Amino acid sequence: MNAPAPVSLRHRVNQARLRLQASGQRLVIAVPFGWLLLFFLLPFALVLKISFAEFRIGIPPFTDLVTFTDQAYLRVTLAFSNYLRMVEDRQYLVAYLNSLRIAGGSTLIALLIGYPMAYAIARAPKGPRAVLLFLVVLPFWTSFLIRVYAWVGLLKGNGLINAALLSLGIIDQPLLIAGSDWGVHIGIVYSYLPFMILPLYATLEKLDPSLLEAAHDLGCRPWKAFLTVTLPLSMPGVIAGCMLVFIPAVGEFVIPELLGGADTFMIGRVLWNEFFLNRDWPVASAVAVVMLVLLVAPIMLFQHLQSREAPAKTEARP
Amino acid sequence: MPDQTKPATDRPVKHPPDLPGCTKKLGPPIVEIESVVKKFGDFTAVDGVSLDIFEGEFLCLLGGSGCGKTTLLRMMAGFEQPTSGRLLIDGKDMAGVPPYERPVNMMFQSYALFPHMTVEQNIAFGLRQDGMPRAARAKRVAEMLALVELERFALRKPHQLSGGQRQRVALARALAKHPRVLLLDEPLSALDKKLRERTQLDLVNIQERTGITFVVVTHDQEEAMTMADRVAIMDQGWIVQIDAPQAMYEYPNTRFVAEFFGDVNMFEGVLEEDEPDHVRIRSDELPVPIFVGHGISGREGATVWAALRPEKLTLSSEPPNQPHNWAEGVVKDIVYLGSTSTYIVELTSGKRVRSTIANHARDVEWTITWEDRVFVSWTARSPVVVTS
Repeated sequence: MNAPAPVSLRHRVNQARLRLQASGQRLVIAVPFGWLLLFFLLPFALVLKISFAEFRIGIPPFTDLVTFTDQAYLRVTLAFSNYLRMVEDRQYLVAYLNSLRIAGGSTLIALLIGYPMAYAIARAPKGPRAVLLFLVVLPFWTSFLIRVYAWVGLLKGNGLINAALLSLGIIDQPLLIAGSDWGVHIGIVYSYLPFMILPLYATLEKLDPSLLEAAHDLGCRPWKAFLTVTLPLSMPGVIAGCMLVFIPAVGEFVIPELLGGADTFMIGRVLWNEFFLNRDWPVASAVAVVMLVLLVAPIMLFQHLQSREAPAKTEARP
Repeated sequence: MPDQTKPATDRPVKHPPDLPGCTKKLGPPIVEIESVVKKFGDFTAVDGVSLDIFEGEFLCLLGGSGCGKTTLLRMMAGFEQPTSGRLLIDGKDMAGVPPYERPVNMMFQSYALFPHMTVEQNIAFGLRQDGMPRAARAKRVAEMLALVELERFALRKPHQLSGGQRQRVALARALAKHPRVLLLDEPLSALDKKLRERTQLDLVNIQERTGITFVVVTHDQEEAMTMADRVAIMDQGWIVQIDAPQAMYEYPNTRFVAEFFGDVNMFEGVLEEDEPDHVRIRSDELPVPIFVGHGISGREGATVWAALRPEKLTLSSEPPNQPHNWAEGVVKDIVYLGSTSTYIVELTSGKRVRSTIANHARDVEWTITWEDRVFVSWTARSPVVVTS
């Protein structure tokens, strides 16, 4: 018989290279996975564990789930009382609803302000576009806390805005903005606007301008062309932007604390109170877990629906 | 319908050109472009173009990139406004008329299909804007789908279609509103060669069946030659020549046109003799004068160029028995193209010329081959003399 053809050697080299490539790909994916595992899943597991514990005075301020009895039996104690309290005590429900309402309102306002801004930036000539994008992210260069605090100075009863409006004679009594839900809305919209603008900009910038021209060419007036072409095609950006604003806004603590009133009772405050005032870690953990579930469940559902639609899109070509 | 009995305006009546070898009758001018200039900053994209496009015509705007052909098309569509000059469609001045109020539709180079709509919805888009009732709309969409043979794909989204199918959707969408003029921006540039050739004929058929005036922008001279009733060659914002493809090929009016519209051998020379029935040109690139069997209106002693198409040069191993119109050279290369072969011959003057010979028979004898000494010759009716 002949010696093995050189083709088979090359084949084997190719196989080895493919294997190496595959393992390289796995390595690349492993980095973010490892990160999420270490800094998200592990802490979350701890919080989940504490939420099933019971309050006690001591360090740490909760009971162990797993104990050994005298007979060396392993005993697992799961306390559902913390979750029951979420249902029984109305203050939690009110706080959750408040959070959703304020976060939802702020997200809507941020969308209404952010969309035209993102659109204008995407349509701006190349040079100014870079400057405008830079201006959008510029506020991140100062401390978040200082910026929110600055809004207190602007919005409070004898603050800049009220003083200006009073001296102009537009109002005769200072407006109560800081210390109300409006203050919180302003604070959230201001702080999270870049997170709305950037994903919107990314989708609007990719939009082929000839699509709009085609719409105009086919007899569509500009405003209608926006509604029938631009808006539907920018939905991925709208959804991404809204999530990036809504999710952190729900759990926001600093902004309602500084700009909200006594009646602005959001879930972040509840968490703070339980952790630092009552030192009831198990209840605080339960609050956090419920919040996470409330936020993650709709997103998972949405993603599931999206991926169900996706295979239909890639059906076989003729 | 055009009303021939009463003149629409007091401007002189413009008659459509005769199209040699074509039975098509053209109507009155439908697009009138009068000394239109378009500047983008310092750059002049269109530099004083005047052009009449007649009803029922298939016109190709042909030129290299940056010649202003697309800008001219976009001005007709209303996406650009002329810096100066007038553009009339159906006798109406289009200044300040936005694209959505013009009786023209455009097929985009990128097709610009709406990715979030099905084929059907894409085609119906323009009709919907006009407020056409649902039943009539469905009927028209079905007609259009049949016209481009896409009935089976009505419910697909654009990304589920092949390039050729997408091209046909774009065509159907642009035709659905029965525009007075259909503007096509490089309609075939994204297709592969085979499909492109088939689609050229499809476009011609559809144009003839619908009777809609087509204005096609292209950079491909073969495409223009295949499809157009008339071709307008543009260069640096100008229309250099506008003619039927055959006239354009056989009677180019400048060196630029001769070289752009097909292959050509160009000989530079001095006009020695200019009589009404013949012209004699002395060229340093040839051992004998060029004799042309018709007169031109040139000054004797002026520099002129004789343009000779490759298929009009014949090759022989024996010196031709004529006092002019030949040269001697060596075969440097043979390009076999199936139906024809192109011989590249280096003349004794160093100039290279191309001669295309039809391959009539399969068992053709290769009498002339590489490095052979050959004689190139042509008849007095073959060259075209251009003065610029």
